[in-house]
Amino acid sequence: MTPLDPNQLPPSAFVFLIATVVKMLAIFTLYMVVVAYTTLAERKVSAWIQDRHGPNRVGPWGLFQVLADGVKNFMKEETMPGDVNKPLFILAPALAFTTAMIAWAVIPFGAPMPTPWGRIDLVVANMPIGFLYVLAITSLGVYGIVLAGWSSNNKYALLGGLRSSAQMISYEIAMGMSTVCVLLMAGNVSLTAIVAQQQATNYNIVLISVAAFIFLVSAFAETNRVPFDLPEAESELIAGYHAEYSGMKFSMFFIAEYANVITASAMFVTLFLGGWDIPFTTWDNTGQATVLKSLATFAMFAFKLYSFVFFFIWIRWTLPRFRYDQLMSLGWKLMLPTALAYIVIVASAVLALDASGIARTSRLFWMAMGAMNLVLVMILFVILDRGRVISPASSRLQRADVQRLRAATDARSTLSPGETH
Amino acid sequence: MAITVKVMERPLGEVSYVRATLKGLALTLKHLVDPHRVTIQYPEEKWDLSPRWRGTHRMLTTEDGSAKCVACGLCPTVCPANCIKLVPGEDEAGNRYPLVFEIDEFRCIFCGYCQEVCPEEAIHMGRHYENAEFNRARFVYDLERLTAQTHPVSELWDPAHPRGE
Repeated sequence: MTPLDPNQLPPSAFVFLIATVVKMLAIFTLYMVVVAYTTLAERKVSAWIQDRHGPNRVGPWGLFQVLADGVKNFMKEETMPGDVNKPLFILAPALAFTTAMIAWAVIPFGAPMPTPWGRIDLVVANMPIGFLYVLAITSLGVYGIVLAGWSSNNKYALLGGLRSSAQMISYEIAMGMSTVCVLLMAGNVSLTAIVAQQQATNYNIVLISVAAFIFLVSAFAETNRVPFDLPEAESELIAGYHAEYSGMKFSMFFIAEYANVITASAMFVTLFLGGWDIPFTTWDNTGQATVLKSLATFAMFAFKLYSFVFFFIWIRWTLPRFRYDQLMSLGWKLMLPTALAYIVIVASAVLALDASGIARTSRLFWMAMGAMNLVLVMILFVILDRGRVISPASSRLQRADVQRLRAATDARSTLSPGETH
Repeated sequence: MAITVKVMERPLGEVSYVRATLKGLALTLKHLVDPHRVTIQYPEEKWDLSPRWRGTHRMLTTEDGSAKCVACGLCPTVCPANCIKLVPGEDEAGNRYPLVFEIDEFRCIFCGYCQEVCPEEAIHMGRHYENAEFNRARFVYDLERLTAQTHPVSELWDPAHPRGE
């Protein structure tokens, strides 16, 4: 396989500038529309899952509902509760919104497009630091939530913000560790290079399935989605960190949540599902680059992305929320050690395969990795299925220990003779 | 005695997380692709009302368009909520008719006694429920309004009907 179109020159600096601005505007517009329609998709899918109709009054099939929601949020009064920390209160939604937005910049969404002025990469910023940038930006996102919780002068908001910071920091580690496996495969952190590696071998979900699973679970926790939506748990914390927000500021948290979902989906698709690559064909990534190829790969990327967004929604309307200690125990006691052990396993496997002379691009390489992963995933799921890791602390006590503890408590609290009630 | 916290023993041998999750996903997907929707799309579709539904009143009229009411005064007497205001009048031929007949629908408890007691089958409960108005005064229905309404009227309880018991 030859890489795409080595002869066509990269564009000149001026064209690059113009192309980048155009890409920024196009992606920003498209992104906002997609985010808006994801809220509609969520409401529709949730309705269908619950045997309801969902929004269907504004426009055909409720398609203009998002416009109505937007207008409503702009027209609403913005309340400023007493004793809030005003600068932070205003900064928080902006921070949440911005970080959710700019993480998208490095994600490649199509094959390079040939133009008369040179080859244009279909990625806003083809940064060499790739997913490190995404990890850095998404961890900035926690500030939006924590500051919102802190500045609101509301105990529920504060608890939501605290939970959120603990949760996001815990799962960030597991997430970072799972991406180390991607690094082992691609030898590069640039997302463009990772997509190229997956085109050359096989999708990373086959090569490093366990890392994909850990990334998936961490992505749910990072985006504060069910089953890890502890920061905004309605039943416990009213609305969590955004309890005091109204109008467009509230809406910005809402947009940020969906933007995070889309960014997390895009990251999963790029890191583990081959990005914009069209599966079962090499037509899209060999030979002459054409506009058709760019469009087809973009459509493929959108399809993969949206399937994954659907998966997010589907999970949300299926699973109940984890309890806080279960969340923490899952993150620290299962995800992190598994990710660390998996790095060692993958590194050893790759080393062994390299040493035995099997080329990375060969069929044998990915089949060997896939077979190994199949076994590992089955072991992991059997362990997970028994629930010992996620169950509460008390259930892991032996029966005898429970009785001994009870006896000790009773003995301690027995009234001394002569004392009566 | 100290309060002992009840420690539930979880049946760890039988619990499942992965299998249960997959089962749940399958269930929600089943409903997603094959929804059993029971929602009624209200303004377009409407619920069928029972023939004995008791909604806001309607006064039936004779062939010449005047109210059937003879102002006998039974309905304001029987009305437990005291919501009917009746001022009887009499024409030259000695026929009694209502000068004022007003029902305060906010006071009404929709018991249906007025319909049951009416000897002329004049006042009826309506099979009707869309009563929104812009002010409270509009909820005092006068005779003109009661006769002008056209919605179907409620049937009385019929003990002879198979479903009447």
